[in-house]
Amino acid sequence: MASENADHAVWLRGIEKQFPGVIACAGADLRVRPGTIHALLGENGAGKTTMVNVLAGVYRPDAGEVWVNGQRCSFHSPADAIAAGVGMVYQEFRLVPTLTVAENIVLGSAPRLLRSVEIEERVAELSAAYGMVADPTRPVWQLSMGERQRVEILKSLWRNASVLVMDEPTAVLTPGEAAELGAALRAMAEGGRSVIYISHKLDQVVAFCDEATVLRQGKTVATVEDLQEVDLTSLAEMMVGSSEGGYVDRPPAMEAGPEVLSLQGVCALNDRGLPALIDINMTVHAGEIVGIVGVSGNGQKELAEVINGLRRPTEGRVTVKELDITGASPGDLYGMGLAYVPEDRLGVGLAPKMSVVDNAVVRSYRSQRQGIFLSITKCVKFCQSLVERFAVRVGRLNDPIAGLSGGNLQRLLLGRELAEQPSVLVAAQPSRGLDVQGVAAIQGHLVDQRAAGVGVLLISEDLDELLALSDRLLVMFEGRIVGEYGPDVTPRTVLGSAMAGKAPK
Amino acid sequence: MSEEALVGLFVATVQFGTLVFLAALGELIAERAGVLNLGVEGMMTMGAVSGFMVGLETGSAWAAFIAAAAVGALVGGLHALVSVVLGADQVVSGLALTIGGLGLAAYVGRNVVGERPETKFTDLGIVGLADIPWFGDIFFNQPPVVYVAVLLGLAVWFVLTRTRWGLALRAVGESAPTTDAVGHSVMALRSGAVMVGGAFAGAGGAFLSLYMAPGWTEGMVAGRGWIAVALVIFGAWRPGRLALGALLFGFTLALQPRLQSFDIELLGVDVSSISPALLGILPFVLTVLVLVIISWRYRHRPSVAPAALGLPYRREER
Repeated sequence: MASENADHAVWLRGIEKQFPGVIACAGADLRVRPGTIHALLGENGAGKTTMVNVLAGVYRPDAGEVWVNGQRCSFHSPADAIAAGVGMVYQEFRLVPTLTVAENIVLGSAPRLLRSVEIEERVAELSAAYGMVADPTRPVWQLSMGERQRVEILKSLWRNASVLVMDEPTAVLTPGEAAELGAALRAMAEGGRSVIYISHKLDQVVAFCDEATVLRQGKTVATVEDLQEVDLTSLAEMMVGSSEGGYVDRPPAMEAGPEVLSLQGVCALNDRGLPALIDINMTVHAGEIVGIVGVSGNGQKELAEVINGLRRPTEGRVTVKELDITGASPGDLYGMGLAYVPEDRLGVGLAPKMSVVDNAVVRSYRSQRQGIFLSITKCVKFCQSLVERFAVRVGRLNDPIAGLSGGNLQRLLLGRELAEQPSVLVAAQPSRGLDVQGVAAIQGHLVDQRAAGVGVLLISEDLDELLALSDRLLVMFEGRIVGEYGPDVTPRTVLGSAMAGKAPK
Repeated sequence: MSEEALVGLFVATVQFGTLVFLAALGELIAERAGVLNLGVEGMMTMGAVSGFMVGLETGSAWAAFIAAAAVGALVGGLHALVSVVLGADQVVSGLALTIGGLGLAAYVGRNVVGERPETKFTDLGIVGLADIPWFGDIFFNQPPVVYVAVLLGLAVWFVLTRTRWGLALRAVGESAPTTDAVGHSVMALRSGAVMVGGAFAGAGGAFLSLYMAPGWTEGMVAGRGWIAVALVIFGAWRPGRLALGALLFGFTLALQPRLQSFDIELLGVDVSSISPALLGILPFVLTVLVLVIISWRYRHRPSVAPAALGLPYRREER
């Protein structure tokens, strides 16, 4: 047995882990050979994140064995996993924004006395050795997402991790940064380290990885020895168990209806008080999907917030159906027919510790009244109808929603926003991080809303999604709209350079 | 106003400043680790009564000072147990500590009320400097606790910015999951910070009962613990600014009992005719003013407060 295990950098064997009301892993296996990049695939809720959290010492498995580099391990904390050579790069980066790059990298393994200059030099050497540029003296909050990810990887390399786990690493990267990441990971694998790579982007998985393990409903359902030998469709099939998937097709163009949302000369500041939106002029018509293209952090978040009354514009006007709504409160705006699916589902969109029912009625509670009181019966009925109409898979309606998977959270959120027939829907990253079926469901709803005459503003980082769904594309760069394109006539390269700020004038 | 009264005012400014500085420095340590402790008033009061009693018993001011710090650390440890280890609400636990600390101190000290201490700190004339007119008395002829506080301030600054523990402490105050993920114990860091913070508050209380107002009476801390909490915000969680703020607050605290004896008119009102009760709220008015100004000044910037301040941490919460 021991000799067999020695062949593996990682062997997770029969892992079981249960959370209240959710079985995350039901006997899943994962074997990773040294010097390879191993893809861990599966839909949302398939148990990928739980598996790697067991490997990283964050969760203790209910049953199963963890082997790292031929050693049986029993991790009681992340510190144990780090000591065993496991480095974890989470989807939400585990960096301290106010500390510098160097401080973040040495945190947890710093010498007793910090000599900043010396540490910064050593960090610079390390980043040069792996071709990952990062200024060690800058505070992390000033860095782009790509740079932050480099810091995360450097953090693991600083601890001399032999296994690097990357959870959805390219979700926040530009295509160029993603390619650089692929090269850096390859360099690490060639140096004898192993990489576990979790992603939904199958084309990148095939491009970057050597082997794959596919999870479904907490179990390992397939392993792929050589990813070059399989095609994308069969990989997708393994994940969902059927061959559906891909993007919803946009129905043919319709006659554009009246203008439902318009912004005139809108300027706004970001949280740091710097200009985030500069002279934004745009309109959305009824029965049209307008896509906002851009690398995240170019003002998309602020745009959504200004429209939905969460951020005050410093200049300009926002109108809904020719009514000036600048500075109106989100509650008033909802009453005027504005629906909002925010980017941060569990932070802004839903309240994690409240029940399914409470989250469902929190927008339209005025309609669920009995006299001056809230009618529990009406609330539950309303919630039930949402759950059925939008196919939300839930346990009990009175349980907190924190246990739901990403796709179900998003269905509930979208359902809530669409419950009272809005005329404008602002959806920010509605399908990000969802599995194939979840993406299809969400996109289907967006298309349905368009057909029902709703003006949809779709903010997304997924170019394929935008191209598939949008009637018009607006490219945002550094707070400005730098170009408007038709999705069917514009080559991707043109959009790509517009996203990078190189729009033809 | 006589020259003597003016020097006296500034001598008292430094002493009151030291009192709130010690307590605030302790609170700063806890808050940089992400734990809000509203029990400062209670910890100071417990330090004041236990310091005074140990002083009576042993006859040694230093033994009393150290005992008060130990009691402060213990009381702080209670807050750490409830809010860090068990993850209860920090505000509720801190308030309970203040209310409970005041009550317990009244009980413990019920037999020593009004006793005269035989021991107290004596002023430490620093050779050569204490004789400088004005400045000599204000800066170089103070009780040793003043200089201990200065050294502690420097030490805290050094540890926070120049050592691995300081780095870990700052990190845990910004993001507990991050700090946990790199292998530091969130619980140990936070509990340690709260207990050290309690020790500082307890020592501050002893400075009050052994030097500034020798003796023990109920409620003798008189809200200075709350000023210390505000002072941390005023100091933007940095020891240097905290020291400046301590002098400012020390000045108002020193000014309040003296204003009446000053023969001056302000805006046509004879200062000595103002009710002492009204003057008593001066430091608290300043506290509110400072908070308003600070939050207005920083309204567009990322908050200077530790990002995880007040948030309990449990590892397996999804």
